[in-house]
Amino acid sequence: MAKGKREVIRLEGVKKYYFMGENIVKAVDGVDMVINHGDFVAIMGPSGSGKSTTMNLVGSLDLPTDGEIYLDGHNIARLSESSLAQIRGKKIGFIFQSFNLIPNLTAKENIMLPMLFQGLRIDERELKAEKLLELVELTDRKNHYPNQLSGGQQQRVAIARALANDPDVILADEPTGNLDTKTGEKVMNFLEEFNRKGKTIIMVTHDPELAKEHAKIVYWMKDGKIEKTTKTKKAR
Amino acid sequence: MIKDYAGLAVKNLKRRGLRSYLTLLGILIGITAVIALITLGNGLRTAVISQFGISSTEVISVQAGGVNAFGPPGSGVTNPLRLEDVEAIEKLNGVERAVRRNIPTGKLEFKDEVIFGVIMSIPDGEDRKFVYEELNINPVEGRLLKDRDIGKVVLGNNFLTEKAGLSNPVKVGNKVRISDKTFEVVGITEKKGSFIFDNVVHMNENDLEALAGYGDKVDLIAVKIKDKGEIEKVKEDIEKLLRERRNVEEGEEDFEVSTPEAELETVDQVLGGVQAFIVLIAFVAIVVGAIGIVNTMTTSVLERKKEIGVMKAIGAKNSDIFFQFFIESGLLGLVGGIAGIFFGIIIGFFGTIGINSFLGSSASPKIDLILIFLSLIGSFLIGSIAGITPALRAAKQHPVKALRS
Repeated sequence: MAKGKREVIRLEGVKKYYFMGENIVKAVDGVDMVINHGDFVAIMGPSGSGKSTTMNLVGSLDLPTDGEIYLDGHNIARLSESSLAQIRGKKIGFIFQSFNLIPNLTAKENIMLPMLFQGLRIDERELKAEKLLELVELTDRKNHYPNQLSGGQQQRVAIARALANDPDVILADEPTGNLDTKTGEKVMNFLEEFNRKGKTIIMVTHDPELAKEHAKIVYWMKDGKIEKTTKTKKAR
Repeated sequence: MIKDYAGLAVKNLKRRGLRSYLTLLGILIGITAVIALITLGNGLRTAVISQFGISSTEVISVQAGGVNAFGPPGSGVTNPLRLEDVEAIEKLNGVERAVRRNIPTGKLEFKDEVIFGVIMSIPDGEDRKFVYEELNINPVEGRLLKDRDIGKVVLGNNFLTEKAGLSNPVKVGNKVRISDKTFEVVGITEKKGSFIFDNVVHMNENDLEALAGYGDKVDLIAVKIKDKGEIEKVKEDIEKLLRERRNVEEGEEDFEVSTPEAELETVDQVLGGVQAFIVLIAFVAIVVGAIGIVNTMTTSVLERKKEIGVMKAIGAKNSDIFFQFFIESGLLGLVGGIAGIFFGIIIGFFGTIGINSFLGSSASPKIDLILIFLSLIGSFLIGSIAGITPALRAAKQHPVKALRS
C-alpha cells in the first residue's frame, strides 16, 4: 500500500514510561507506526490512552524511554535538546487545542516567530508571514493581538504559524476542541487543503466523527498501545 | 538577532504591570544619587567653601590653638598670640604684610532686642585695603568703614533680614548698641553665603579695643606674602618662628598656620566623605534593586511557563529562550537607569540653581556625558546579570511540562 510513497515518520517499539515513586505509568507502551508523506493521520483514543504523549514524541518535544523514532530518516530518539529544537522548528508545525498564540505579539508577529528561531532575516519573515496570512484569509487582521481575534481566527493564525518554516509535518492536537462546529469545520477545511497540497498531517482527537470525516488513516489507541488501524473512505 | 530579541523584550516590558517597575526603585535611587552628586559637583563645593568663608586669595592665617579652642578664633585660647608675634612675622623674608585681627564676641541691641554675635576688627591704612581684599567684601548699602571712623559699624547682609536674629531689619543710619555703647550703622555688606560673614559686625580697631579691652592679644594674624609660589616656604618659616617664640617642639604646636590650600583640602576631605557615603547608599540601593529584578524575573518566568513551552514547540532553542529573558532583564535595569539619570540631572540642576540663588554664586551644573553613558551601560549590566539565573531557569523548562502548565 505504502509502496512508492516516501516515509516521513517511523516509530519502532516506542515506549514512554513515567516513574512516579513506586508506580510506573506506561503512557506509551510499545508503539509501531509508519507515516508517509502526504498522509492525513488521526490518532484516536479516550483520555489517558497515550495519544497526546505519542504526538509529543513524534513532534520531538519529548524523548522516548525506549524505542526508535525516525523523522525523515534521522533517528531523533537520542538527540540533544537544542538539535531537537532545531529539527522541530524546521520539520514540524504545531497546532494546539488552545491555540497558544503569544499574547503580546500581533497575528503577523506570531507567524514570524518560528522563522526568527530558524534565523531568517526580517524582510524574509515579513514577506512569508504576509503570504501565510493571505492563505488563511486573515490579511485584514494581521495587526490584531490574539485577544482581539475570535477562536477560529486565532486557530487560523496558529495554522499559519505552523506552516511558517514549510514543515513536512503538521501536528494538530485537538485543533477544533475549543471551537464551535462551524468554525471547527472551517479550520478542518484549511488542514485538508494543506494536506492536498502535500503536507503530512497528524491530528490527535477523541472525536471519532472528526477523525473519520477528515483523516485518511485512523490509529485507535488504548492503554498506550495501538488497538487497531483503519482506513477511511478518504483513503480510497 | 539581538535586535529581534530586544524587540520581543520591549513588547514584554510594555505589558508588565506597575509591580515590575516598582522593583526598579533600588536601581533608580542608586543611579539618581550618583548622577545628582556629580551634577551638583562644583556647586556643592562652592557652597561649602563660601559657607566657611574660605578666602580664595593667597593669604596665610595664623591663630593660636589650645585645649579649649572651640568657638570663634582666639576665644578660650590658653596662650594667645601677641602683637610682638605680628611684628616678628612681618619681619620674615617673603612676608609683605602681617595684620592683626581681633574677633571677639559681643552683645548687640536694636529696638529692644538683644542678640550675641561676632565682631571683627578692621585695621587702618594699607592694612585696611588688604583686609577688605582678603575678605572680598563690598557694601550693598551705604559704605565700608574708613580710617578715622569713630562710633561707626558695618553689618553683615543678614541684618537686612530676620536671619541675623532681629525681627526688625537694620538700615543704614540706624543706631545700634553694642556692649552698651551706641554705634551708627554706615553700611551693609553684600551677601557672602556664609554664616560667619553674613552675621558679623565690622568695627574699626580702636573702637573695638576700647570696647573689648583685649590689649596686645591677637586672635588671628593674616599674612600677605610677596610671592605666591613661596606660600609653603613662608608657612614653614612662620611655624619655625612661632615654635621658637612660644618654646614648643615640632609636632606639639599650640598654634595653627593655615593656607587656603590646606583649608580647601579639608573641605575636599569632608566632601569626599559625603560623596563616599552617598556612593555607599547608591551601592546598597543598586544591590537591593538587583535583587528586586531577580525576583520579578523569576516570577515572570513562572507566569510565562506556557509561553516558553509554545516557543520551544515552534523551534526555540534553549539559548533563544535564555537570551530573550536575559535581554528583557537587562532592559528592565536600563529603564531604572534612564529614570535615575533623569531624576539625577533634575536634582543636580535645581540643586545648583538653589545653591546659586542662596549664595549669589554662579556654579553651573556639570552634566557628564561619559558618566551618563556608563550609567546606562551599568544599569543594563546590573539588570542582565540579575536576569541570568531566571533566564537559565526559563531556558531549562521541559517543553512538554511547560506546555501543560
